[in-house]
Amino acid sequence: MMFEYAPAPESRAIVDIRSSYGLFIDGRFVDGENLDKTVNPATEEVLAEVTWAGAQDVDRAVRAARKAYDKVWGPMPGRDRAKYLYRIARLIQERSRELAVLESLDNGKPIRESRDVDLPLVAAHFFYYAGWADKLPYAGFGADPRPLGVAAQVIPWNFPLLMLAWKVAPALAAGNTVVLKPAETTPLTALLFAEICQQADLPAGVVNIVTGAGDTGRALVEHPGVDKVAFTGSTEVGKAIARSVAGTGKKVTLELGGKAANIVYDDAPVDQAVEGIVNGIFFNQGHVCCAGSRLLVQENVAEQVLDALKRRMALLRVGDPLDKNTDVGAINSAAQLARIRELSDAGAAEGAQRWSPPCELPERGFWFAPTIFTGVTQAHRVAREEIFGPVLSVLTFRTPAEAVEKANNTPYGLSAGIWTDKGSRILWTADRLRAGVVWANTFNKFDPTSPFGGYKESGYGREGGRHGLEGYLNV
Amino acid sequence: MTATTTSARSDLSELGRSETALRTFLHGLPGVDQVGAEQRAAQLGTRSIKTTAKAQAIDLAIRMVDLTTLEGADTPGKVRALAAKALRPDPADPTCPHVGAVCVYPAMVPHVAEVLRGSAVHLASVATAFPSGQAPLDVKLADTRAAVAAGADEIDMVINRGAFLAGRYAEVYDEIVATKEACGDAHLKVILETGELATYDNVRRASWLGMLAGGDFIKTSTGKVPVAATLPVTLVMLEAVRDFRAATGRQVGVKPAGGIKNTKDAIKYLVMVNETVGGDWLSPDWFRFGASSLLNDLLMQRTKLTTGIYSGPDYFTLD
Repeated sequence: MMFEYAPAPESRAIVDIRSSYGLFIDGRFVDGENLDKTVNPATEEVLAEVTWAGAQDVDRAVRAARKAYDKVWGPMPGRDRAKYLYRIARLIQERSRELAVLESLDNGKPIRESRDVDLPLVAAHFFYYAGWADKLPYAGFGADPRPLGVAAQVIPWNFPLLMLAWKVAPALAAGNTVVLKPAETTPLTALLFAEICQQADLPAGVVNIVTGAGDTGRALVEHPGVDKVAFTGSTEVGKAIARSVAGTGKKVTLELGGKAANIVYDDAPVDQAVEGIVNGIFFNQGHVCCAGSRLLVQENVAEQVLDALKRRMALLRVGDPLDKNTDVGAINSAAQLARIRELSDAGAAEGAQRWSPPCELPERGFWFAPTIFTGVTQAHRVAREEIFGPVLSVLTFRTPAEAVEKANNTPYGLSAGIWTDKGSRILWTADRLRAGVVWANTFNKFDPTSPFGGYKESGYGREGGRHGLEGYLNV
Repeated sequence: MTATTTSARSDLSELGRSETALRTFLHGLPGVDQVGAEQRAAQLGTRSIKTTAKAQAIDLAIRMVDLTTLEGADTPGKVRALAAKALRPDPADPTCPHVGAVCVYPAMVPHVAEVLRGSAVHLASVATAFPSGQAPLDVKLADTRAAVAAGADEIDMVINRGAFLAGRYAEVYDEIVATKEACGDAHLKVILETGELATYDNVRRASWLGMLAGGDFIKTSTGKVPVAATLPVTLVMLEAVRDFRAATGRQVGVKPAGGIKNTKDAIKYLVMVNETVGGDWLSPDWFRFGASSLLNDLLMQRTKLTTGIYSGPDYFTLD
């Protein structure tokens, strides 16, 4: 018998999208001149017009942040800053459905993920760092660690609101003020967050949000009035930022790309490993810097694991991000889709075998079917370059030493996964992996208390946990 | 996934001959990661089943109910009433399907058989010194034969958990084989009593043991211990029947029993069946719910869907 799930769309009536948005500077929305459209990647429907901030706008935002830092936020006792952060966290929880729907509309990710993963983590981040605000002397950075001043923060489009939380919460807890630039394809939840700041009576200028593309971001990070630059995004842009701030005295944290290895040993709990592989690469359409995009599976179980993986992939429901039963949503933009296509075509051209489950993709919007490449070698582009899409490269290994060697043979080092029933093998492997996060018998687990960051071209500095405070303190 | 390949088909039937072979095989099955299994079960529980899909699921769930009463206080009158309800769960609506089976103690089988005779509703009897299984083997087998002779066409047996947990797999195996033989043509459901097995690894091993020994169904629980059916336990059992069919070609059914009280829960199980083993198991021949109060909730939800009106419990029969 066939059991077809009827459509179960989440209502979008809960969120009120304005036709156009200005910039959020000094506690108010101010109209700008250059407007551009942000679209729903699942339908290509225009959602709103958003201002692209120029250098002057950025300058105003930085000045507002400076004033707020000098007059209000910097001198404010930690326990009072905490009250604002707790208030913001509670408002996020109260408005979580609205934020989740908006995130799915603007980003294309399934509502199941924005509702069950992104939003709970966003609120948790604010709660967690609210707790630190009055306890900084006990964070291990000296008796009276001081904030840096104005933080320039540039975030990507894959987890728009979550990346905002990762940046804004520790910065404010430590006593900094911020100017944040969301990605040009996903500005809407950041602008709704600005409304939440107003609702929380956050003093004007503590949080400023300037929307725009690369030029806006460059103007922001190169502005002489900022003391700290925090960036999450591509390695290419990260390198440019590192060059531009060199010698300026600005403190920098970079969280860049990844090409994580997910290592499956022959004694792994297979059914759960398959879930972990799926979660590792198809979560958020693979738009995850720490995605488990290289599967390293022990040769003697490779066939068995791949059969199970294919069977599981055939169950993935690709489609309307607002349907509560959707597992894989839309690719965020036409540009990203083109990149995924280019790299996938290169994989096939280089001789790897491409496989996707039968899956009907919507006609409008940006879509890419979940895909695996088998027979991949270390030399293939699909094994080396970050695809940032629902594309998994499968490699095999014989010995644990070979697994580690292959896992580390990448310019990146953000995350890795290990699947085995043997505790000693988990420790042996984790010890040798050069990756900032190593998951054992799970993947893509995040928690505000846990530091996150990379080795090598995956960047430097840590976000989350006690470690995450360091990047925002003068230590 | 199994540790075997399809070519091992004949080998599997030999496993029961030796304690060592059974142990090696069962302990060679891939482990179950508790956190991962529970997470997957929870994730499947977030599926949103609405409108037409919900109506389809409710009717299917009704057809899968093993309407059960297993109380010392059961009387011939009570079980006859239950059997009548099994035939026509909603007297007000002739389109409502009948349930899968009625499940009672052996002594009650003749009374139920009178009512069910000639219908498509199966008659299940627990046997083998249910629920503890603490009786000599010949008593358990006599119990089974008596139930079949009285008209039961499905037997729900309990495994010897003491022997299983002590690692005496051959003893458990032999008991199941003997019970299966005593069943004759009746279908055998093997109750693992997963609440007493404690780990998912044990659930997977016991599932394989039950199937290797010839069980037609594997069933979670007696309903008589504090922890009955759960979604993760059922997930592990579904994975076992899927892998067993891949290895041997024989399909085995699954029956979660105990603690499934409402439509929402039942639909979560159906989603799990759908996304773990697929449509082949979405039939009363291969999946059952051991339940009593579940049926009335299904009927209430069914009425709500068809009429738009949510009726109170007094509009549905008690048993």
